[in-house]
Amino acid sequence: MSAPQTQRPLPPLPAKARGIVLPGDTSCPGCPIPIAFKVLASVFGDKMILVIPACCTSVILGTYPGQSLKAGVIHVPFASAAAVASGVAAALKMRGIEDVQVIAWAGDGGTADIGMATLSGAAERNEDIIYIMYDNEAYMNTGIQRSSATPQGAWTTTTPVLGKLEPKKDVAKIMIAHGVPYVATASIAYPHDFYQKLMKAKSIKGFRFIHLHAPCPPGWRFDPMYTVRIARLAVETGLWILYEYHNGKLMLSPPSQPYLDPSKRKPIEEYLKLQGRFRKITPELIKAIQQHVESNWEWIKKMMS
Amino acid sequence: MVKVVPPVDNAKVPLTKPVEGVGGKTGLWRTMYKPVVDSSKCTKCFLCEIYCPGVCIVVDPVKGATINYDYCKGCGLCTDVCPVKAISMVPEE
Repeated sequence: MSAPQTQRPLPPLPAKARGIVLPGDTSCPGCPIPIAFKVLASVFGDKMILVIPACCTSVILGTYPGQSLKAGVIHVPFASAAAVASGVAAALKMRGIEDVQVIAWAGDGGTADIGMATLSGAAERNEDIIYIMYDNEAYMNTGIQRSSATPQGAWTTTTPVLGKLEPKKDVAKIMIAHGVPYVATASIAYPHDFYQKLMKAKSIKGFRFIHLHAPCPPGWRFDPMYTVRIARLAVETGLWILYEYHNGKLMLSPPSQPYLDPSKRKPIEEYLKLQGRFRKITPELIKAIQQHVESNWEWIKKMMS
Repeated sequence: MVKVVPPVDNAKVPLTKPVEGVGGKTGLWRTMYKPVVDSSKCTKCFLCEIYCPGVCIVVDPVKGATINYDYCKGCGLCTDVCPVKAISMVPEE
């Protein structure tokens, strides 16, 4: 007790994740998924059961006889994450276990395309689970194929010439339309904001949905060291809006609050030029993306009032 | 309450166990550069530990950040998120 620094308690965000998220997983350098796991582990500790459909994470956690996460993990077929999570939550309730949280952890393909039916079913039944969609905006695990969450203008191996021409599917809006108790968007660049949202989700019963923006270095064609910078730019340009929806009210999260004013937003070219997948983008498509951003903010303003 | 039947003794249940280094020593993936912490500049803000995608940085409130080179994949993300530029990539010997 000599040095005053030693008396300061460790912040829970990295300290509680120590020993739960283990090093040496098989993720690519610069992968956002272990960053998100550290936030999850600091909130729930090892008292969580992750239900993971086919996605990058099922590879990252490693193969038998080891796994890089000290928590319960169930690997399930692609379309069934929300259905299995509902079943596990019901089984825990029957056994009287209340301190363990069931979390469905799926990619954008397993949520917006293939898992949409079971997700919608679980949301409608208001099952007591947390569903986290980490959004790397394509099927990265199988080789960068287009998904419905791929943004407009992005190159993928299945949209090789012009890029994707349709705008991104907004799953958070779909979940708000289901009338579930809690819906939030989060970003890998703001782990403390994500932590706050998970803490809030932990205190609520019922179906909770979090849409997490997660830039993928090999899939988006950028240097692995810029993962956090690109995720932050997505928020600063207004392309990715951080908000939470609870009790029928939409609240803008602190990192996104300054960007309600369009003049404070950075130009979206700054976000696009860092990524190789937008190399062939045309000025018309940039204009279309800009219009899409404006309409998203209009919707936010309408929901807030 | 449901009665739960535990598995039979010595039964081989194919369950995975949490281990360090499930993908081998991922430090071998580093190609040219490795991150080095300048402890005189480090302000112990924990940002590198929060963001490290390899989960191989541990920040001590007194000693500062230490990097586990057995598993560091050399992505360089810590150099980008460090607010005081205390981490730099140096060529590997």
